[in-house]
Amino acid sequence: MTIRAPSPSIFRPKAKIDRSVLTENRALIERIDRRGLLRGTLSLGALTLLAGCDVTDRPALQTFLRGVSGWNDRVQAFLFRPNHLAPTFSEAQVVKPPRFNAYYGVEDVKPVDGASWKLELSGRISDKKPWTATQLGALPEQELIIRHICVEGWDYIGQWSGVNLRHFLERVGADLTAKYVAFRCADDYTESLDMASALHPQTILATKYAREPIADPFGFPLRLRTATKLGFKNAKWITAIEVTNDFTETFWSKQGFNWFAGI
Amino acid sequence: MHWTNAVAMFIMIVSGWKIYNDEVIFGWLHFPDALIVGPYAQHGLQWHFFGMWILALNGLAYVTYGFVTGRFRRMLVPIRLRDLIANIRDALRLHLAHDDLTQYNTIQRILYIGVLIIGVVTVLSGLAIWKPVQFSELLSLFYDFQTARLVHFLCMSAIVLFVAVHVTLALLVPHTLVAMVTGGPVVADETPRTAGAAELTTNP
Repeated sequence: MTIRAPSPSIFRPKAKIDRSVLTENRALIERIDRRGLLRGTLSLGALTLLAGCDVTDRPALQTFLRGVSGWNDRVQAFLFRPNHLAPTFSEAQVVKPPRFNAYYGVEDVKPVDGASWKLELSGRISDKKPWTATQLGALPEQELIIRHICVEGWDYIGQWSGVNLRHFLERVGADLTAKYVAFRCADDYTESLDMASALHPQTILATKYAREPIADPFGFPLRLRTATKLGFKNAKWITAIEVTNDFTETFWSKQGFNWFAGI
Repeated sequence: MHWTNAVAMFIMIVSGWKIYNDEVIFGWLHFPDALIVGPYAQHGLQWHFFGMWILALNGLAYVTYGFVTGRFRRMLVPIRLRDLIANIRDALRLHLAHDDLTQYNTIQRILYIGVLIIGVVTVLSGLAIWKPVQFSELLSLFYDFQTARLVHFLCMSAIVLFVAVHVTLALLVPHTLVAMVTGGPVVADETPRTAGAAELTTNP
């Protein structure tokens, strides 16, 4: 019988295949039968169940996957558009109260005393004088009605207000050419932003939610809110800000989550 | 390219199920731990954002190859209603011909084009939920974040369904598997490469 034209694949060998291989192995080829293949596939199917085994946290594999995650950090920094604004929403769409998230349950939240609370500054900042809640409240306020997206896949629209982070960093004389802005929190949480994201117009140090002081479970008296990062990057109950060129792993990145976590 | 894609798809699907389980779309659907890569959410994410590179680079190479060499044009079109009806009739009588592996029948053509399109939509919806702010224009094509997630999920379901049918049918016609490994039927060298319909002799 005849068949149609060959595929002009560049990978197809120019020389004819040596047919003697087929003759020599005829016995072997004849043993490839349908039942054997099906049986073999069942074993293959069983093998795929190994996917459920926890091989991912082996050191060598973790080193490799975290290397890929580091590469993805760089790709995300490249994709970041410093002046591209995230979509904003109307006040009617705001969810009240916001959805709680932390590395522990809401019942374990330890409220911060706003009266004695102070914001410490360190690193590449010229005026390191600590700030009180009252002093921060006197700064110009910016409101953001933006979508909060969690790495888990849920989201909600929230209404946050507070001082623009870029404005605050300029005010305290921070080195805006430094690489990172790092946050320490009252619950020992740590987080950091690349400078480009920290300077994005929709990144604020929030003190209010839906025009009221932020409630304890959501970061009173001060938390970060940025429109360009996943939820966990938005540090709550902030006690210290450091501007630095040294990268330090953060609470979740230590556990294997992607550090840049941009959206 | 097919087998690279198979590996990438496997990585994407089992890690995607892990990510899905953290915030399910359908309350009745959780993927069993035995089928997902873990142990924790970050591991599913690590695999997914590693697999995406293999899937995207290989997919891009495949689609470029398909268009540039004319393989898509040669193998996937034309699709005629008459052929389709004939194929369906043959298939129902279990008489669908598989003698010539170099030519896809009309049902195959429709399914292969379909899964290619779904593949593209999967990648686009994936990019939209990975970067809903940087690619906000792309996200708006899918309405909003949760609908883009749903599209991504439905594309995965369609691909899993396709794989199930595709693998079953390939196993029912085992000589296709040999062709997939060796590169297909032997094609005589002396055949002029100019004509698209030159006649060839098949294997004895």
